[in-house]
Amino acid sequence: MSARDDILAAVRAALTDVSPAVAVPEAPRAPDRGDLVALFVERVEDYRAVVTRCNEADLAGVVAGVLGERSSVVPPALGLEIAGSVVDDGLSAAELDAIDAVVTRARVGIAETGTIVLDHQPDQGRRAISLVPDLHVCIVDATQVVADVPDAIALLDPARPLTWISGPSATSDIELDRVEGVHGPRTLHVVLVGP
Amino acid sequence: MSGGTFVGMPAFPTAAREALGDTQLRSNLAHATRTIRDKRAAVVAEVEDWEDLRLAGAGVKEAALRDLATHLETLEASLVRAGATVHWARDAEEACAIVARLAHAHGVDEVVKVKSMATMEIGLNEALEAEGIAAWETDLAEMIVQLGDDLPSHILVPAIHRNRAEIREIFMRRMGDVGRPAPDDLTDEPVVLAAAARAHLREKFLRAKVAVSGANFAVADTGTLVVVESEGNGRMCLTLPDVLISVVGIEKVVATWSDLDPMLRLLPRSSTGERMNPYTSTWSGVTPGDGPQEVHVVLLDNGRTRALADDVGRQALRCIRCSACLNVCPVYERTGGHAYGSVYPGPIGAILNPLLRGVSDEQTASLPYASSLCGACFEVCPVRIDIPSVLVDQRAAVVDSHRGDRVPKAEAVAMKAAAWAFSDSRRLAWAEKASGLGGRVLRRFGRTTLPGGRAAAGRLPGPGAGWTGARDLPAPPEESFRAWWDRTDGGQNDRGTR
Ligand code: SF4
Repeated sequence: MSARDDILAAVRAALTDVSPAVAVPEAPRAPDRGDLVALFVERVEDYRAVVTRCNEADLAGVVAGVLGERSSVVPPALGLEIAGSVVDDGLSAAELDAIDAVVTRARVGIAETGTIVLDHQPDQGRRAISLVPDLHVCIVDATQVVADVPDAIALLDPARPLTWISGPSATSDIELDRVEGVHGPRTLHVVLVGP
Repeated sequence: MSGGTFVGMPAFPTAAREALGDTQLRSNLAHATRTIRDKRAAVVAEVEDWEDLRLAGAGVKEAALRDLATHLETLEASLVRAGATVHWARDAEEACAIVARLAHAHGVDEVVKVKSMATMEIGLNEALEAEGIAAWETDLAEMIVQLGDDLPSHILVPAIHRNRAEIREIFMRRMGDVGRPAPDDLTDEPVVLAAAARAHLREKFLRAKVAVSGANFAVADTGTLVVVESEGNGRMCLTLPDVLISVVGIEKVVATWSDLDPMLRLLPRSSTGERMNPYTSTWSGVTPGDGPQEVHVVLLDNGRTRALADDVGRQALRCIRCSACLNVCPVYERTGGHAYGSVYPGPIGAILNPLLRGVSDEQTASLPYASSLCGACFEVCPVRIDIPSVLVDQRAAVVDSHRGDRVPKAEAVAMKAAAWAFSDSRRLAWAEKASGLGGRVLRRFGRTTLPGGRAAAGRLPGPGAGWTGARDLPAPPEESFRAWWDRTDGGQNDRGTR
């Protein structure tokens, strides 16, 4: 028998005494927390990420200000002009490593946990571009913010690769001292667009 | 290069005795477990319906396990549809051979690795090394363990037994041997050490062709794998190489995409004590133009079907490796992870290892006794594994496995001897005399002194070894009460001891 058949047979043999039907209790929902956008901002900042709030008209200026003199890469359909920025057309990892910053959009923001989820559509780009540069400027629209994890799960398409980001990369591996920034972007700057 | 190996580790009592003597280890562990425990308690308290969330999490995993064969077939079909290649491995050897074969097929002599319990369990790094393939651990703590030729001591923070000065020394001494050396001005500041790790590993990430990962969850209906991490080394491995090989225990399956909801809320709060961990990556097979274009998934048994057949113990397969049970365990806090002789230490290790491997070897058979049954582990477990009940059941399994022995187990010998001695007063007098003699010998050879300066017995030879191996037995007095009463005529002629 193949390993596959052996394993499946062993699984079936192990479970002859149980019925496969189990009632799974529904996961509870967090209570209404009021202003979701305010909660989102507070919780993103808790991770020592930087948050700037602005309206649509000021967005380009705010992003330019955050980038300053840094070199940057943008996804093919960011929907925002950034002077001097390289548009990703399949840059190699080494090429990305020579670029200081990346600007992307996002798919969902989760208020309860201060999480941003990218689904890597053309306004966010390939996974590599939001990973290799050291500064990630992530533009989140206030209308994209949902209350909690189940709301995000319901909106997201599992067929797409997803990256859930909660603050900058971090480690506590050395005497449990938290250090922000190891391999991923060491700085996460969230620009929240809304009224 | 590989880290150390757990094979041939002494049984828990012996290993624990050594660990208890290591004060650095004990204070690091006490600090670590207390810190994580407090963080966990704070973020768990934030969730009003935490108990209901635990019930939902336990339900998701239990439902997946009870119909595991169906879900595995669904998972396989979904993965294949999404462009992945599925392999099945009955045991560690088969799994390692599959990974080695794939690496060879791509002509590489190195792979980068995301921290994964399953690949540690099967000894993948050592197996690849034997095939001439270097497996680079990229999690900071795993890298410290690997460079230090050491063993992990905690599921979540494997290098918790090392302090910053030791880590600096390991980096200075070893980084240059395997890649970009540590900078000359390396200090022992955690932020400086982390920066050195970033520079050292970036070179490896940028050139890696093949990556190896595990998965925290595998979603059957969508073929999605999930990796939960903090540092970004996981994202590097899952994104930059051309080929990705994920070794996934068959118990990692959940049925549907929405089942991830309670799990992703339970895991980070229970594990690192955060509302959410910095990075979670999910992928379903191959995404054209984004990330690895060749994706393999190795579904691993290696004892899981054995555990599944145990009607009390199978709940241990719900484990999501959060390590909350380690951090609340009074035994773990004092002995550390190495004493368990396995990549799965602490309360979960004390049940999972015997369930996966059986109790025929002494090392594994000693694990169900590495607990005081206080129940703290069950209280914190996000998937409600009743560890104390499984421990008791596994102790019974150990005893059962010795029923037919010609040389009985220590406890059995000790209990029989006690019953025989107490049943007759002359024998009791004899036993007391023998014990007094033993006491004098012990005072001469005993290694320890109890608080108050009283001599303590070290390890007893023979049937008593199992008992004294884990306890400092007060040395018996030279003269028993009964002997003293006889000699002094009830205390009337007492002029000191003989
Ligand atoms: S047994 Fe429970 S508490 Fe322990 S590591 Fe597994 S899931 Fe976490």
